[in-house]
Amino acid sequence: MAGWSGPPCPPVRAGVVDSLRGSSLRIAVASGKGGTGKTTIAASLALSLAAAGSPPLFLDCDVEAPNAHLILHPNLGRREDVAILIPRVDEAACTHCGRCAEVCQYHAIAVLGKRVMVFPPLCHGCGSCREQCPEHVISETPSVIGVLEAGPARAGIAFARGVLNIGEPMAGPVIRRLKQWSEPEAGQPVILDAPPGTSCPVVESIRGANFLLLVTEPTPFGLHDLKLAVEVSRELGLPVGIVINRDGVGNAGVEDYCRAENLPILLHIPYERAIAEATARGRSLLDVHPELESRFQAVFEMIVDAVGARA
Amino acid sequence: MKQLVILSGKGGTGKTSVAAAFAHLAHEGPSALTAVLADADVDAANLELMLEPKTVETHAFAGGAVAVIDAEECTACGACQAICRFDAVLPGDVYAIDPIACDGCAACTYVCPSRAIRMEVQTGGSWFHSDTRYGPLFHAALRPAQENSGKLVTLVKQQARLHALDGGHRALIIDGPPGIGCPVISAASGADLALIVDGPPGIGCPVISAASGADLALIVAEPTVAGIHDMRRALETTAHFRVPALVCINKWDIYPAGAQEIESYCSAHETEVVGRIPFDQTITEAMVGSQPVTAHAPDAPASRALASIWRRVAQLLGTGSEA
Repeated sequence: MAGWSGPPCPPVRAGVVDSLRGSSLRIAVASGKGGTGKTTIAASLALSLAAAGSPPLFLDCDVEAPNAHLILHPNLGRREDVAILIPRVDEAACTHCGRCAEVCQYHAIAVLGKRVMVFPPLCHGCGSCREQCPEHVISETPSVIGVLEAGPARAGIAFARGVLNIGEPMAGPVIRRLKQWSEPEAGQPVILDAPPGTSCPVVESIRGANFLLLVTEPTPFGLHDLKLAVEVSRELGLPVGIVINRDGVGNAGVEDYCRAENLPILLHIPYERAIAEATARGRSLLDVHPELESRFQAVFEMIVDAVGARA
Repeated sequence: MKQLVILSGKGGTGKTSVAAAFAHLAHEGPSALTAVLADADVDAANLELMLEPKTVETHAFAGGAVAVIDAEECTACGACQAICRFDAVLPGDVYAIDPIACDGCAACTYVCPSRAIRMEVQTGGSWFHSDTRYGPLFHAALRPAQENSGKLVTLVKQQARLHALDGGHRALIIDGPPGIGCPVISAASGADLALIVDGPPGIGCPVISAASGADLALIVAEPTVAGIHDMRRALETTAHFRVPALVCINKWDIYPAGAQEIESYCSAHETEVVGRIPFDQTITEAMVGSQPVTAHAPDAPASRALASIWRRVAQLLGTGSEA
């Protein structure tokens, strides 16, 4: 079909990941703006690697709005709650000295006259109040804020995700725990599907990655938020590559920006109603256009080369 | 004064295009009322791209604090690393803090025997009060890779709210962030202003109290499997915080069966679907032209649907009589 652009696609080198000497390549997929197609691209990349005989570990780090399972259909057999430790005060022994409230940076504990109040949604579980209580009357109790789930998905992909409980504000600890909980096998690539935005949940998701794949759309919103995402990559010192999704809508602003900033555009996915209709139903790009598989494999090769060049 | 917050769960369903159209429709037309606008997506603020604001005031936003170790004083005893629950301490001949990992809890500062650790406030970003052709806009820019977006959301919302109350405006229209976590909770429910003004530079999601929460939430849902999944989480979140919610379906004709599924879900959960917006390239054209679609092409199918949705939302907001 017409409209694909990007580099020619070489055959996948055997053992391409071995060139990283057994350590896993970790590719984070992010965007700044929501709804640009992060999850569709991340899942299609994962399926393409699986087809080349290298099924990755896929981590859905968008714990507020996790969607990758709708494309990859994992069998989620493994579960673990995520809890943070919140303080419990022995009121009978408390002298109401106020030290706990003084050390808490999150306003999660307050002393009002002869009462101590704990506000669990504000607590980050740092343990300072317990540590600093001169009377040792504070203990800690787990408060569940979310859950981790894992299991095998389509095409042999290892899948894990975190889900933040409704009403809980803090995505960060769920993402952090998800990344500790799910270890790749030696040499297995890892794909991290990040949430939208540019603040702490995104940083938590992409920390420790070797490469940041930024998915954007050629619109003023896409460009504005891509620039912010590029700033995040610079803050973290991560190499980036760009995927332009829905190519053909909007204007040339994104292309011009990438050229001016020397940001490599690794893939264009044209805007097509057929793609929009298929992805709406939870299909991957490969389900609509099987020929894209080799394109995604070529993108992976370019990422390996880019990371290898820095190593 | 009534507060409307526009949410979605999933990103990119069209919240900002809807908010910009509402700003235009609230300013002129049959259901006009005086409204203040707030962009509560402080990570990736896009409403300004549609409204071409002229900035009236710019204010610095102090971000969270992170721990910093004075290398001269550090004896590499390891007490900071032992206490840190955020894996932010980097050991070595002298220890250092990874500012990206540091959560700002300050636990290390209390246990360091050499008192070599201090907390340093980070530049968090800026917030703005601007004028637009459709009324005042409060918006912000969080510095990328920063914490504290919930706190900045609360600040923007509170400033917009105070301005609306002072000026006798009838409504506050808040363009919400994606997701269902801290920034969304901050945008949809209340927060204690005193905390923001007087509190130490801590990090964290502001207090959740119903006192200054939204009167109504509009969830912009997309008829895709992901959009439906996340709409349900957004509706569960608004129900959790007791904010009444409405749904509108954007790009409904991309997947009509999905739109039908949204209708069925909402009907089973006593949630009104206030309209369906067809897929319409005019929305992207309007964005490129920096205009709300209802101003750019009032007779386009999307604009007509949005005008009908706004009439219903304005009616349900009940901005007619109350103070």
